Amino acid sequence: MSQMILPSQVEQAPELAEVSHDEWLRMYELMVKIRAFEEQVNELYLSGKMPGLAHLYIGQEAIAVGVCQALRPDDYITSTHRGHGHCLAKGASVDRMFAELLGKAPGYCHGKGGSMHIADPDSGNLGANAIVGGSTGIATGAALSAKMRGTDQVAVCFFGEGALGQGILYEVMNMASLWKLPVIYVCENNQYTEYTPYREVLAGDILARPRAFGIHAEEVDGQDVRAVYVASRRAVARARGGEGPSFLLCTTYRYLGHHVGDIDRSYYRSKEEEQRWRSERDPLKILAGWLMRQKIADAQILEEINQRVREEIAAGVQFALEAPYPDPNEVDQHVYA
Amino acid sequence: MSTPKTSTPSALEKGTREITMAQAIREALAEEMRRDTRVFIIGEDVAEAGTPFKVLSGLVEEFGKERVIDAPISEAGFTGIAIGAAMTGMRPVVDIMFGDFITLAMDQIANQAAKVHYMSGGKLKVPLVIRTTLGATRRSAAQHSQSLHAWVSHIPGLKVVLPSTPYDAKGLLKTAIRDDNPVVFFEDKMMYQVKGEVPEEEYTIPFGVADVKREGKDITIVATSSMVQVALAAADLLAEEGISAEVVDPRTIVPLDKQTILASVKKTGRALVVDEGYQRFGVTAEIAAIIAEEAFYDLDAPVKRIGAMDVPVPFSPVLEDLTVPTPEKVAQVARELCGRR
Repeated sequence: MSQMILPSQVEQAPELAEVSHDEWLRMYELMVKIRAFEEQVNELYLSGKMPGLAHLYIGQEAIAVGVCQALRPDDYITSTHRGHGHCLAKGASVDRMFAELLGKAPGYCHGKGGSMHIADPDSGNLGANAIVGGSTGIATGAALSAKMRGTDQVAVCFFGEGALGQGILYEVMNMASLWKLPVIYVCENNQYTEYTPYREVLAGDILARPRAFGIHAEEVDGQDVRAVYVASRRAVARARGGEGPSFLLCTTYRYLGHHVGDIDRSYYRSKEEEQRWRSERDPLKILAGWLMRQKIADAQILEEINQRVREEIAAGVQFALEAPYPDPNEVDQHVYA
Repeated sequence: MSTPKTSTPSALEKGTREITMAQAIREALAEEMRRDTRVFIIGEDVAEAGTPFKVLSGLVEEFGKERVIDAPISEAGFTGIAIGAAMTGMRPVVDIMFGDFITLAMDQIANQAAKVHYMSGGKLKVPLVIRTTLGATRRSAAQHSQSLHAWVSHIPGLKVVLPSTPYDAKGLLKTAIRDDNPVVFFEDKMMYQVKGEVPEEEYTIPFGVADVKREGKDITIVATSSMVQVALAAADLLAEEGISAEVVDPRTIVPLDKQTILASVKKTGRALVVDEGYQRFGVTAEIAAIIAEEAFYDLDAPVKRIGAMDVPVPFSPVLEDLTVPTPEKVAQVARELCGRR
């Protein structure tokens, strides 16, 4: 915790002043959109309209939005099974996201990927990944590629604290540090490795792990988009400047279950704990409060944003529900390029 | 029915010279790296060391350490890195020293490289080559001797190449590097010093085209990689007894040239499949099943197959030699199929 940027320090960070009011409002809108998207996904599941399962990002919105705000459109991200927030924050549209989740033809992957595999190269999204830690190599390789091609692109690897259990993460962090690759490892510690409190399965100091490889590492308040943005800006500057990789440990909380069907969570955590995070550490409330104190927005502006998002979500889900399924001929297309 | 033609180069056509399998592979890599700056090599001891088999000797001198990258002993990690680089505009060639070590990179190969194109609805591509080895009898025991090409052949999205001569190795490796898919390229580590005719001129060999290594009329022996030499030696033994064996080398098992195999079997009426992978659930089983399904009424005898014995490869030479198919064993089974004893 000693390395975490304190709220008072965040408010004095010079990077904040460089963000325009419009950009702050856009970030707020994106966070609201991710939450509304996920709430709609939950409804699609509960009403039996969505095949399979989904892993919701509610509670963690500030991380995807704060990190992606610091990136350019041509920068890369890789995502996880809990990836809807990352995809939206990097530039995916809700209608084609919903279509993919419903297995429909206009989905980002023609319905072949589903919730856990949304990829959108046009927005720099190299794909969500259903193997925990499975994309750590891909993100690091994208950074190697950027360096070899002589671009100044940066790659961000999003993963949860569960991926700290996978050996490949340490293999690629070693190489990223050796070769000073422009990659940022964003570890979202949402406190639970699936259904298990992370401390039951994780020993020692998390930040000591990247630091052992000589990687710049810091803890970030993952509920405060300002803190995430400031830390990401600095990590991106290091990466573009040829100073190598960074590791951001974003402390956050998964409001809902491991997946949409994980409804009774009493055997691994209390309702009081969930309520405490929702009431005291909600990323949307934290940003909304600050926007109002800074006179960047008032209640009416925020409500207009909420309303606009509601309409976009409603239109998006309608589009997906009405969209056609893939043609059966699609089944053996794209096995090989 | 047309007789399949062998594609072995004719020294009469163009200038050729005799080079080793290792030289042929090195030439293919060097030519492709000169042609395309996106091609690079990554693996353990690939630069100054040139790998323990010295296949890559000299490449780092020409292309530098930025394109011949010595990686730590992290097969999963550097394979994953190569996949990410391939997805973003590079064309990596990964070196996995022993085929046994692909197990360490199996998630990256089977769950990532093989599936990225399909899962993304065709939007992402992984133009990646993984070069690795197979083959026993090097007295290297159970973890450095396996032939695990059946593992990757099981996974849709991968292509699998099994060259058996310097000529095939060079032409197929160039094709592999130009392919937009992940290709796993298995080299028989016992054959690196075997020599063969290779043209001076540039050439490539397409995937999915089998090569008839020897024409015959009594029995078809389908043999892969290290087993092609074994099958050819068996064919010599059989010829002395008046049995004419045709040896068909698929060269790539994914994609597989079923047509050439089936045409040969329909001509001879007998089929024996030989491969150095474990026999159980292996490459021989797949090819034998295809012959049984698609040429059953042309067969005069049941399809037979010979793979490596289903045991961990033992160290002691006396034991190890019992586990791999030999010319004598192949000839014996062929003889029985032809009704001789």
